[in-house]
Amino acid sequence: MAIINTTKGEMDESLLEKKEGTIDNEDELTTWVEYWLEGELVHRSVHVTLKKMPTFAGAELAIF
Amino acid sequence: MANTQSMCTSFLGELLSATHNFSSANPAHTANTADTFKAALYVTTATINAATTAYSATNEVSGTNYTAGGVTVTNATNPQSTNSSSTAGVGYWTPSASIVYTNVTLTTAFDTVLIYNSTQSNKAVSVHTFGAQTITAGTFTLTMPSNSTTTALLRLSTT
Repeated sequence: MAIINTTKGEMDESLLEKKEGTIDNEDELTTWVEYWLEGELVHRSVHVTLKKMPTFAGAELAIF
Repeated sequence: MANTQSMCTSFLGELLSATHNFSSANPAHTANTADTFKAALYVTTATINAATTAYSATNEVSGTNYTAGGVTVTNATNPQSTNSSSTAGVGYWTPSASIVYTNVTLTTAFDTVLIYNSTQSNKAVSVHTFGAQTITAGTFTLTMPSNSTTTALLRLSTT
């Protein structure tokens, strides 16, 4: 079984309750995973993929 | 207040004075050495936006295994440029690896990463926002977009 780093040290995944989620919109694709032990959150990791980047656009040359 | 995604206005002017060097080829500063860029996280109540001119620890996240100033951005790919017509061109750059904060606990919600140039007095480059997050004894990973004319992290376009 996988070993999970938690607030209580490394623990076997089988001892924990796992919750996962995804946010997918025009700005980002985000996935998160949580591990809970007896009602207490002991691990939460997040993976964000940014979709929308700032752009500097419209630069123009001076015309003489 | 709130954070707003943007390229920093000061960065645009600094490009024209060769303040920032993203490339290890034909660099403006030290021979064959690009500047070092870093990524710092900010809490949701911060005000990081186009007016941000430099990294500041004010309202930066804090917590277990997070070092003030954030982490170094991997930069193994030099900036590129191309044009689709005689008048339309794009210059672009993207970090060559994900930005990763490993085994951290960040209990105050954060939603922003500031990219800044730690070689050049921590001058700000760009602000990127996402949905508010917390991390508990875990890893926060920011995966970079594809390094292309339409999706790169930083793009300077004539159109």
